[in-house]
Amino acid sequence: MTKKIILALTILVLSGAVALFVYKSEPKLNKNFDITGSFFKTHPFRLGLDLSGGTHLTYKADISLVPVGQVGDSMNALRDVIERRINIFGVSEPVVQVQHSGFVSGSDEQLIVDLPGVTDVKQAVDMIGKTPLLEFKIEAPKDAPRIVKVGKDGKIDLGSVDLGPQFTATELTGRYLQKATLEFDTNTREPKVSLQFDDTGTKLFAQITKSNIGKMVAIYLDGAPISTPVVREEIPNGQAVISGSFTPTEAKQLVGRLNSGALPVPISLLSTQTIGASLGDSATSAGVKAGIIGFAFIALFLILWYRLPGVVAVLSLSIFTIIVLALFKLIPVTLTTAGIAGFIISMGIAVDANVLIFERLKEELHAGRSIADAVSAGFTRAWSSIRDSNLSTIITATILFWFGTSLIKGFALTLGMGVLVSMFSAITISKVFLSLLSFMKENKFTRFMFSSGLSSGKVK
Amino acid sequence: MFIVKYKKIFLSISAVLVLLSVISMFYFGFNVGIDFKGGALMEVAYENDRPAKEDLAPAIEKLNIGSVLLQPTGDKGYIIKSRDLDENEHLLLLQALSGGEKNEAKETNFNSIGPSVGAELTRKAVISVILVSLAIICFIAFAFRKVSKPISSWKYGLIAVVALLHDVIIPSGIFVILSHFYGAELDTLFVVAVLTILGLSVSDTIVIFDRIRENSKEQNDNRQTDFKTIVGSSLDQSFVRSIATSLTVILVLLALVFFGPESTKYFALMLTAGMFFGTYSSIFLASPLLVLWEEHQKPRP
Repeated sequence: MTKKIILALTILVLSGAVALFVYKSEPKLNKNFDITGSFFKTHPFRLGLDLSGGTHLTYKADISLVPVGQVGDSMNALRDVIERRINIFGVSEPVVQVQHSGFVSGSDEQLIVDLPGVTDVKQAVDMIGKTPLLEFKIEAPKDAPRIVKVGKDGKIDLGSVDLGPQFTATELTGRYLQKATLEFDTNTREPKVSLQFDDTGTKLFAQITKSNIGKMVAIYLDGAPISTPVVREEIPNGQAVISGSFTPTEAKQLVGRLNSGALPVPISLLSTQTIGASLGDSATSAGVKAGIIGFAFIALFLILWYRLPGVVAVLSLSIFTIIVLALFKLIPVTLTTAGIAGFIISMGIAVDANVLIFERLKEELHAGRSIADAVSAGFTRAWSSIRDSNLSTIITATILFWFGTSLIKGFALTLGMGVLVSMFSAITISKVFLSLLSFMKENKFTRFMFSSGLSSGKVK
Repeated sequence: MFIVKYKKIFLSISAVLVLLSVISMFYFGFNVGIDFKGGALMEVAYENDRPAKEDLAPAIEKLNIGSVLLQPTGDKGYIIKSRDLDENEHLLLLQALSGGEKNEAKETNFNSIGPSVGAELTRKAVISVILVSLAIICFIAFAFRKVSKPISSWKYGLIAVVALLHDVIIPSGIFVILSHFYGAELDTLFVVAVLTILGLSVSDTIVIFDRIRENSKEQNDNRQTDFKTIVGSSLDQSFVRSIATSLTVILVLLALVFFGPESTKYFALMLTAGMFFGTYSSIFLASPLLVLWEEHQKPRP
């Protein structure tokens, strides 16, 4: 008996501690969240885009030029580059995922980008999609053939003839760049971008500068010349400076983009989704409201119909809720509207196990057993039904999780986790508390309290 | 037990409901959402009163993006449906809706899905429906592997599948009617709802069949009672728990329908219907069917 009391108290204290963690780690519930411990700070609920507002982009990667064996590597490189580009813009907690082609997911290699808090799709697409193409070109020989356009009437279109110096491409491109930094000219205060090449780039640059002394070297960005300095001497240390008519912001962006590198594979946008922050907020509060009201409904029903065991069931349902919420924070699970729905449904299913047990308990009481015997028999005999009835839900949740789109994954994960935790909480926790209560003195009143529905607990 | 006694009435009710659902599916057709067929969906809210559709139409027509459908939503908003849009078209459409900044349309939700993504999702949905159905059938076969007399286990399994179809078809029929009158669209969540109903409803049928199995094992030894009585008393013992458990799930689902987020409303409603008919079918359809089958296989006097 003492052992059981200690066990029950331990469960209560532990779940109290877990509840405190869930409460303390939620920024909205704590006024002084900034000064709380870092453990709490790093564990708020992770909200999906449909709850927090933001942009969801799906890109298709064109891997037609990539050798078969290297697709995985290029996709990971692509993800890293995009991640770096997003980080420059200071988006909090972006999610960039690669979705490989396969039997279920279709034939495209896809990149999925979630940007919480970003609702300007245009800006988002720009920051991800722009590949800065940096090229170094040298003056073409004076007698090189000029590119001219021929008009419709067969005559040369004189307007298209560019009489300025012509440039031809060299091998030196942004690929050989090691680092770009933002600097300001000491005299003019103009922003300039200083480039440092890697080993190959340094050699190439030295060669180019050596053979073009006195001539112009043009630096092209995205196909347009931004700077055409004249080479005065050979530059062997691999350093170059671009000074054009940048604004400081432009220069800063250019540096960021150059540092994040070029995309290893071309990408094209397949689908976009934006959810306004206010819509997300109202969905969150509606989800929380539905959860609380659903919980209240169940609690009311359990206590009215199952009396004392019902109270125990409400207690174990509360502990179930606390455990699942804490798991959501610790794993962490990204919560979406569908995910909240899955969790709320799992609350209903969690009660299912207790109902099965209590119905058996009532039968055992009718059969004339004492309360203590009826409680332990009720648990043993209900187990196979509980296992069977939850198994099919777990099977469905598993297949749904594998199905893949983030919406469904969220639902399947919360539902599956809920059902698994409920098998533990409904049985173990309810059993501890119910067997503690079953040592009460046996009389008409206690038999009534242990019975349910319209029955009075008398032996039939 | 009155359920077994009046089984033909209950079986007819189920048959009529299934028939009505199938007819409405063919009559109204499924209103497929952009998840599957691709397209764009935009939701905007105006600061002042929303302009009339006719006033917006000319500006939208100029964009040349095919047919654009405007549906009023809330007090001051529109839901705009069109083919899938790229970023430029998206911005131009938003400008057209704002009508020269007199009354700015604020975008609350935008979703554009390319046709290839839609096709991919359709494939995924079909594959997972097949997989879940197969898994559930295997599960049923496993759960009834030990039953034999007086009805062999495959018949339990077959009836469980019939009940399952019943539980999926009726909510789908309700959904089709809802989508016809209230514009609910067949989207990913619909597929999830169907699959979840599959999972939830089979467990209920199994619990009742479990009871019948247990009781017929006990009764088999003295062979006094006939199968009808066994089923009747099994139902007596288990229908309270059946109703109680689905009631708890239905209670939380109703909370989701009435208080939950807008986006999961129809989803929760469909699950509620699925849960309700799942419980109904295991009590009023599956068990009476079992009795009916047993009566048929007996040699007639």
